[in-house]
Amino acid sequence: MQKKILVSTRKGLFELGKGTKGWAVKHSHFLGDNVTLALHDPRDGTDYAALNHGHFGIKLHRRDKGKKKWVEIASPKYPEKPEGLVDKDGWGKDVKWTNQLIWALETGGPKQKGVIWAGTMPGGLFKSTDRGNSWELMESLWRHPDRNKWLGGGADIPGIHSICVDPRNANTVRVAVSCGGVWRTEDGGKTWAQSAHGMKFDNGPKSEVESPDGQDPHMMVQCASDPAKFWVQHHAGIFKSVDNAKTWTGVKAKPSAFGFGVAVHPKDPDTVWFVPGIKDEKRIPVDGALVVTRTRDGGKTFKSLKKGLPQKNAYDVIFRHALALDDKGKRLAMGSTTGNVWVSENQGDSWDLVTSTLPQVYAVRFA
Amino acid sequence: MAKVHFTSNLRRHVDCSSLDVQASQLHEALDQAFAKNERLKTYVLDDQGHLRKHMRILIDGQAISDLEKFKDAVKPGSEIWVMQALSGG
Repeated sequence: MQKKILVSTRKGLFELGKGTKGWAVKHSHFLGDNVTLALHDPRDGTDYAALNHGHFGIKLHRRDKGKKKWVEIASPKYPEKPEGLVDKDGWGKDVKWTNQLIWALETGGPKQKGVIWAGTMPGGLFKSTDRGNSWELMESLWRHPDRNKWLGGGADIPGIHSICVDPRNANTVRVAVSCGGVWRTEDGGKTWAQSAHGMKFDNGPKSEVESPDGQDPHMMVQCASDPAKFWVQHHAGIFKSVDNAKTWTGVKAKPSAFGFGVAVHPKDPDTVWFVPGIKDEKRIPVDGALVVTRTRDGGKTFKSLKKGLPQKNAYDVIFRHALALDDKGKRLAMGSTTGNVWVSENQGDSWDLVTSTLPQVYAVRFA
Repeated sequence: MAKVHFTSNLRRHVDCSSLDVQASQLHEALDQAFAKNERLKTYVLDDQGHLRKHMRILIDGQAISDLEKFKDAVKPGSEIWVMQALSGG
């Protein structure tokens, strides 16, 4: 059972625990430092924390099960760029072969002990087979010619933010790229294919609107018990797939289909949560009222959940990794750009404010 | 013999005391500093081995000009400082 919540923020990593008076901040780590993402590995109890020191670069720390001390381990590192190689992104800008953000951290399959995946900016996917002691760039994807079509969306450069290791076969992995669509391998990373067909933007020239390579999925999740079903919160709306992420169809939602985070119930692919905002350059809750939307019928209808959430002058943005669902599919947690953290014990029907004083929240994860 | 110094901001993350080096070019001095401390290298240089954005190296008070291959000249008695601007917010 998951008893902790790891909250990654601009000024440290905070561990939330549940006591007799409800959830509270129990421990803090890396205070003052920029913790962009954390991962708990249920296979061996290890915690991982990704830091961005800005001037000193991207670092990764690990804490073994039951230990208090964090140890810095290797950070995913890009190989030496071949002399004279012209490597441009979709904007036509030179790609800098250096890790600029760890934007996704996921465990490998249940039987692949020690395997960790990392998605980074400017678009490199890395795999470790030794709990992060060393990392290998997934060259097959990095050297795919279509990678040069990838481009930055809200950020200046492209990045991989979602990694779904298939529960049926850990050699099948799908990653989502902002902006570069969805890519899948079915042979452990030897070959990759674009997998964002059907996603589209809501305006622009037709060739661009429907091109899979330019799609901007903000976050992608896979249903654990029905793994052919996927959901994506995309820049231009919500998309779902019922065919192993091979094709996608749009889903309409109110008060908005714009957002960043998405969570799917582990046992019910039709029950999904989102946090809507005004599209797309504004990115604030509609009418200053923060709500979570939930569908229980695969996107035919949505209910706005607002009990316990601020309904006036609320300008909280929930980033893509900052909405989390526990492994039972009952408890939700989310953290905002203004340092609020809420927990719901009843699938979002009502929310309790845990703290309103944290730094900007980047990611929330059950552990 | 030249001397390499690091700031206290960097020492917060990595153990890096000042050290004496034998070098006629900066890359030789840096190699000696990093030889004993591989982790220090990742804080100062990016994945391509170039000076990280916001990092600065001074030799006898002068900012270096070669930020990728570090061919700036070092003299006996030179004071080399590895520094950084602090990005925050």
